[in-house]
Amino acid sequence: MPSTTALIGTRKGLFTLTVDGDGFDLSPPAFAGVKVTNAVRDPRDGALYASLDHGHFGVHLHRSDDGGATWVEIAAPEYPAKPAGVSEINPMSQREVEWSTQLAWIIEPGHPDEPGVLWCGTIPGGVFRSDDRGDSWSLVDALWQMPARLKWFGGGYDDAGVHSISIDPRGPGRLVVGVSCGGAWRTDDGGASWTVAARGMRADFVPAELAGDPDTQDPHRIVRCAAAPDRLWTQHHCGIFRSVDNGDSWTEIAEAGPSTFGFAVAVHPDDPDTAWFVPGVSDEVRMPVDGKLVVTRTRDGGQTFDVLSNGLPDVAYDLIYRHAFDIDATGDQLLMGSTTGNLWWTGNQGDEWHEVSNTLPPIASVRFV
Amino acid sequence: MARVAFAKAFRRHVDCPDATVAGATVGDVFEAYFDEYPIVRGYVLDDAGAVRRHVAVFVNDDLVADRTALTDPVGDDDRVHVFQALSGG
Repeated sequence: MPSTTALIGTRKGLFTLTVDGDGFDLSPPAFAGVKVTNAVRDPRDGALYASLDHGHFGVHLHRSDDGGATWVEIAAPEYPAKPAGVSEINPMSQREVEWSTQLAWIIEPGHPDEPGVLWCGTIPGGVFRSDDRGDSWSLVDALWQMPARLKWFGGGYDDAGVHSISIDPRGPGRLVVGVSCGGAWRTDDGGASWTVAARGMRADFVPAELAGDPDTQDPHRIVRCAAAPDRLWTQHHCGIFRSVDNGDSWTEIAEAGPSTFGFAVAVHPDDPDTAWFVPGVSDEVRMPVDGKLVVTRTRDGGQTFDVLSNGLPDVAYDLIYRHAFDIDATGDQLLMGSTTGNLWWTGNQGDEWHEVSNTLPPIASVRFV
Repeated sequence: MARVAFAKAFRRHVDCPDATVAGATVGDVFEAYFDEYPIVRGYVLDDAGAVRRHVAVFVNDDLVADRTALTDPVGDDDRVHVFQALSGG
């Protein structure tokens, strides 16, 4: 089989996984001891980007132009000063929202026709754009200044955060971003204007009359089918939803194996009806249903689901974070990493899973390169 | 000229050598230091230019009082120490 590489971001550094005919090889960690929130390879020039969360010492981004052999620190997204007299209260916590980067949650390379452009989603809810491979960043002001943003609140963190930036292959500057908890938003003009893209999602963490408010939905992760770019899937806090119109509307999938709760979702790059999820017991518990880790897969747009467990442990309490599940460009390989430090790989769309390691640090992200 | 020194916790992550810089306040001293070592700024100060919550800054043996505008005075022979603030276990 051809060799495949993936970046594994963990609580204690960034590992590089190589999969080939001889099995699995994990590199020693880059950034040993540091939490790596996310890492990605830019397919346009081969550069690697890593987002580090130093906790006490803030958020820092690094770039490698030699496949990870060496890294240089680049600029981190930095918010402008909050104007004098402006007060923004997080409606859930009733605390002031600071204009300060708490987490660089996702870095996404831009469209192939705009080399050097990167997008970064952050907590407290801002999207940043770089035109120079991360040497500088600017806040996407139109999204940050939307009145609806003042309704956002945190999901898992105190403040809202942008975790998904889905690039539309049909042209530069066309994105759908997912916000926990602030719904989904689409721009078709490089971020100059935004329209809500969360209608049809349903929240059960607010009073019933607010359940359909698109501005405060909690899509945990949004992914797009590369070959059918109007087709999106989300694993939402309150279930699974799909869109066939680039986020204009969403339809709930009511049944999906043991549970429709989870964080992770992957869609086949060529077949928009084929998608994978990792179900868990509802939000209060956040572990596999009955202690049995499974992956669910639909091949018919969510009408039916296979429950996949071949190669996965019979008893497990692993949680798969939203960025710790990825599919490769062929649509055959998936990787799944857990908060327990387990990493699994499949080469046949989840029919059989293989344990790569069960001794890694807690895994925040996995990404094929 | 004040002497600026960083604790080991910083040196592990970023090149932040001891340096002697000019400045009459903590803010001035930091500004001069970050002119020379710009990448260090983000490890010490947040987006708004305040000392990060878990960073402790001493002038000689005294913790600085003004962590936002950085107005604590710094004398000619003073030492500015930057530590990781201990919290938790």
